Amino acid sequence: MTTGHDTRLDSFNDTGLDPFNTKGGRPEDPDMTATDQRADEPVLDPAAREGAELPTERTVIFDVEELNVYYGDFRAVRDASLKVHKNEITAFIGPSGCGKTTLLRCFNRMNDLIETARVTGSLRYHGVDLYHPKVDSVEVRRQIGMVFQKPNPFPKSIWANVAYGPRVAGLAKKGPAMDDIVENSLRKAALWDEVKDRLDENALGLSGGQQQRLCIARAIATDPDVLLMDEPCSALDPIATTRIEELMHGLKDDYSIVIVTHNMQQAARVSDRTAFFSVEVNPESDTRTGILVEYDSTQKMFSNPADERTENYVTGRFG
Amino acid sequence: MALTTIGTAARQGATAFTRQRRDFAGGLFKAVILLSLIVSLAVLAVLIVDTVADGWAQLSTRAWDFLNGSLRSRSIDDKLGVKQGLYGSLWIGIIVAASAFPVGVGAAVYLEEYAPKSRWSSIIELVIRNLAGVPSVVYGLLGLFLFVERSTIFGFLGLGWLADATGGRSVLSAGLTLAVLVLPIVIITAQEAVRAVPTGLKEGAYGLGATKSEMVRTQILPYAAPGILTGTLLAMSRAIGEAAPLILVGAISGGLTRNPDVWDTSGLREKFTALPIIIVEWVSERGRDPGFATAAAAAIVVLLVLVLLMNMTAILLRNRFEKKRG
Repeated sequence: MTTGHDTRLDSFNDTGLDPFNTKGGRPEDPDMTATDQRADEPVLDPAAREGAELPTERTVIFDVEELNVYYGDFRAVRDASLKVHKNEITAFIGPSGCGKTTLLRCFNRMNDLIETARVTGSLRYHGVDLYHPKVDSVEVRRQIGMVFQKPNPFPKSIWANVAYGPRVAGLAKKGPAMDDIVENSLRKAALWDEVKDRLDENALGLSGGQQQRLCIARAIATDPDVLLMDEPCSALDPIATTRIEELMHGLKDDYSIVIVTHNMQQAARVSDRTAFFSVEVNPESDTRTGILVEYDSTQKMFSNPADERTENYVTGRFG
Repeated sequence: MALTTIGTAARQGATAFTRQRRDFAGGLFKAVILLSLIVSLAVLAVLIVDTVADGWAQLSTRAWDFLNGSLRSRSIDDKLGVKQGLYGSLWIGIIVAASAFPVGVGAAVYLEEYAPKSRWSSIIELVIRNLAGVPSVVYGLLGLFLFVERSTIFGFLGLGWLADATGGRSVLSAGLTLAVLVLPIVIITAQEAVRAVPTGLKEGAYGLGATKSEMVRTQILPYAAPGILTGTLLAMSRAIGEAAPLILVGAISGGLTRNPDVWDTSGLREKFTALPIIIVEWVSERGRDPGFATAAAAAIVVLLVLVLLMNMTAILLRNRFEKKRG
């Protein structure tokens, strides 16, 4: 460790906690100070949300500041800053190529899998710099689950799909403990009643909507803190989409959810806060960089956005 | 204008869409490609039928004795047979599978999943592809220096012990030489199988907190297994049919002191022969003793059946794994 690195090390952990150590379990909320007791209050019902401002002092899960994502020399996201709050659903909307999926994939370090990807700026999860060299991306992904655009169940039994995460994390082995995890996860994902009699069957035999709920159950099974959803309904029909949206409302009592969606109505229906991204075309290199235009409560974003571009987008004038 | 034409046609009724002219070029093309299929199948059929007919005298009267017999100097000998060759070929196949399979799969997984994509990795891939096309005699020469003789170069590289371990001109040397020969093929087919694993499965595993090695073990290898297995077994079939490298590493066509049973591993480090060598030898003997032509044809049938059995195993295994993968 060089001395030049020490300042970075300090910023790795302001809190004296090390959430990605091998002890497992959820990190303590470093921001859980006296002023933050409201985080424990029941979350507002979406219906009761109308007209109500969201509590701004709710615990911050992700604190993104001036984040840039590059693929090689190409800048995919420029200077994004936003805060994701606990037990809320945060939606990222915007036209294609605006960097919303790229940003989402920073939250669990999925971008690490792309060799040329590079991130600058600060992305803090409960105060911890996610891109600090000491942070292990595998530990990050155990706490920050992800559901992908296309349902991607493993070609194994339904049971084995849900048990996969807990098994690689060493939470449980085959047996009653694992059976409990599988049942609870499937119940939370509203899939248990449909599959309880055929847990041994191949997951690929399920319908698309069931497969996606299985993927949600699979992500829940590792007991994550956050669920990242990358256009989870784009491959599903309207009925399956409705079921997933209902499911998300139920899930946010236990998890914080960040969802990327192409579908503005979906963002309006499910989310508490919405971030609108747009595309900035660089005339010199003809590349397209995503920028965060506006981030506010969903209610404000869809009724009275501050930025004209947001208004044009949500009213359907472009995109 | 085009729209009005269609509109008129529609008003005139369906007759407007009946075929106005015969598609002669299309028909000719279809006939030519069908003919190419028939020609290739016919050549193969004639070869097989001819060989079986030639060897029938041996196969119909003393098939079991032929399988259990050994190399003899006269074709009418009661004990003439291919057991020594079968022993050599079978063990060559086993050694090839046991050594080329793990090394090839390992190399393929490394190249696809671990190696950073750089100019070096593309050069290495190019080299492997070219190695797959190197004539087998060259591999025979390599085998001779690496596994049979204690050559100066490999002794210098610290590999001189290999020749001692294999016992020189032995089945072990032959198997290892042919393993090196088919290794590029195994790597290339395994690479293709690994590359075919859907990104969704890999991301799904990573997203649940799997490490890279867990992802490879639980997603890549099971999904790629059918492709890898097929590639390996086809490579084995190729190795079993090779004759040239075996001549160089010292397969002999006479003077074998032993006729070991299939599971007698003590013969592995001794002088050996193999089916392709026996075939070459007997074909060259037929001028002196015409009965060897029949024996050679019968040996070819034995070799063909062996290779067909392996290919069938490959297909059955692939189907089984593919069914599992859903």
